[in-house]
Amino acid sequence: MTVTLAPKRPATVLTTNAVFVGRSIRHTLRNVDALIMAMVLPVMLMLLFVFVFGGAIEPGGDYVNYVVPGIILLCAGFGAASTAVDVAGDMTNGIIDRFRTMPIQGSAVLTGHVVASLLRNLLATGVVIVVALLVGFRPTANPLEWLAAIAMVALYILAITALYVAIGLAARSAEAANGFGFILLFLPYLSSAFVPTSTMPSWLQWISDNQPITPVIESIRSLLTGTEMGNSGILALGWCVLIIVIAAVWGTTLFRRKAARR
Amino acid sequence: MNTAIDIRGLRKSFGSQTVLGGIDLSVAAGSIFALLGPNGAGKTTLINILATLSLPDAGTASVAGHDVVRDARGVRGAISLTGQYAAVDEVLTGEEVLRMMARLNGYTPVAGRTRSSELLARFELTDAARKLVKTYSGGMRRRLDLAISLLANPAVIFLDEPTTGLDTRSRQSLWEIINGLAAGGTTVFLTTQYLEEADVLADRIGVINEGVIVAEGTAAELKARIGGDVVELRDASDELVREIPTDGTVHGLRAAIDQLDALAVPGTHVSIRKPSLDDVFLALTAHDSQLESNLEGARS
Ligand SMILES: Nc1ncnc2c1ncn2[C@@H]1O[C@H](COP(=O)(O)OP(=O)(O)O)[C@@H](O)[C@H]1O
Ligand SMILES: [Mg+2]
Repeated sequence: MTVTLAPKRPATVLTTNAVFVGRSIRHTLRNVDALIMAMVLPVMLMLLFVFVFGGAIEPGGDYVNYVVPGIILLCAGFGAASTAVDVAGDMTNGIIDRFRTMPIQGSAVLTGHVVASLLRNLLATGVVIVVALLVGFRPTANPLEWLAAIAMVALYILAITALYVAIGLAARSAEAANGFGFILLFLPYLSSAFVPTSTMPSWLQWISDNQPITPVIESIRSLLTGTEMGNSGILALGWCVLIIVIAAVWGTTLFRRKAARR
Repeated sequence: MNTAIDIRGLRKSFGSQTVLGGIDLSVAAGSIFALLGPNGAGKTTLINILATLSLPDAGTASVAGHDVVRDARGVRGAISLTGQYAAVDEVLTGEEVLRMMARLNGYTPVAGRTRSSELLARFELTDAARKLVKTYSGGMRRRLDLAISLLANPAVIFLDEPTTGLDTRSRQSLWEIINGLAAGGTTVFLTTQYLEEADVLADRIGVINEGVIVAEGTAAELKARIGGDVVELRDASDELVREIPTDGTVHGLRAAIDQLDALAVPGTHVSIRKPSLDDVFLALTAHDSQLESNLEGARS
């Protein structure tokens, strides 16, 4: 039997990260149910809102143009939530211990999950947009506005994924991570995703106007359908960057603590 | 003799509970060392310190010449750990897992594929290579876990209870693999709850109880201290009435039976059995009357 000798050097940081991205993508592809769910659920919700509630909310029939940006964000939330479960699983079931006893950068496990979430959610966003176009979504965006809108969606996905990574690190088990993550999924409903905030009772309107999802939705809506941008764009950017910074600091602290030798 | 693992005065507590109470051990390069002890004795805690997963409170340990506290990276480059609970990606195939781990170990994609195929063949996993790990049996998972550990060609390999929960056949196939590793020059440090496993595999055995090494030596040396077979007397409902350890000689056996006879206790059948782990502890900790009565209590 021939024996291929082990290399003298372990993987570089770049290779390590690439391997973990590949691993997380494989995990995503193997979890077919979750993948289909992440795409079918937002599409179903969109059809529900457009065809069932749409007539009542906006009798003129232009509701699809209003709701698509909201559905895209809802979709991103669904797709990113599983990141918390994946991270919590890796941290609690002993897998991380094997990586920790290897001379590699252990935090690359997390990079893998983040990149996989980004790709998974951009794919789901694409599906939502295609279905939206089929049911009457008529964006007015030029190519540059499309690019800006996609960049905004990607930034939002990164922010919410980073938050879910931190939640996954904070949770004691995959089940707990699932439970915590659920709370975040309600935020889009308390925003301008489905109805203008001006239709809400004043206390709710205050929450909706001042939570991060509303400016993100408004800026995407403006880019795609030409509604008023106002200061939504800058607010959206600010919120996303702030969330990423907070999640990164919180997540790094948690990872250091969990992966530290005690 | 080259020393692969050198442990001096190693201590570890969790809160107020002392889990390792000053461990001294030395393991020769290329040998198999078995750390034998019951659940909760501190085996995993010791392995975790040696494998750089956790820090000792006091004492020193070096593995393959690297200090486990000061030179964790050096240790990590020289070891592999197969934990107590097989930790492999369930939704990947065995082949995918190995190729991925090969890349992390610094193999090029091509070399990683070759090496993965070699290991799959060596561990009798070629037929299952394209199946998802979640469909694997306990024995197959263990073998895959071990195959991953070998990717790095480690100088020292740690196996935490490698055969717990496996059937006899899987256990024996794993024993052959472990023996093969040592024959190839790898130092193997394993933990076990089974006296037989330590007996069959290990060059030297350390018996650990409540965080203290109570005996260390070759299997033959330990057996000499433990003595021979144990004579048991049971009643009609198969309850143990009395048991008497022997020194393994015909004379000792006769003396034990005479002793039972003289006690005139009610009992219907006599049998002779090999010493169990309990007996080992009993014999090795005979000075510790508290422990002895605990063990007696647990048995009766
Ligand atoms: N992280 C921990 N925190 C608190 N106690 C622990 C921890 N790890 C192990 N212990 C305790 O240390 C003792 C020894 O555990 P362990 O090393 O796992 O034993 P073994 O592997 O021999 O079964 C047990 O009583 C266990 O409860
Ligand atoms: Mg253990």
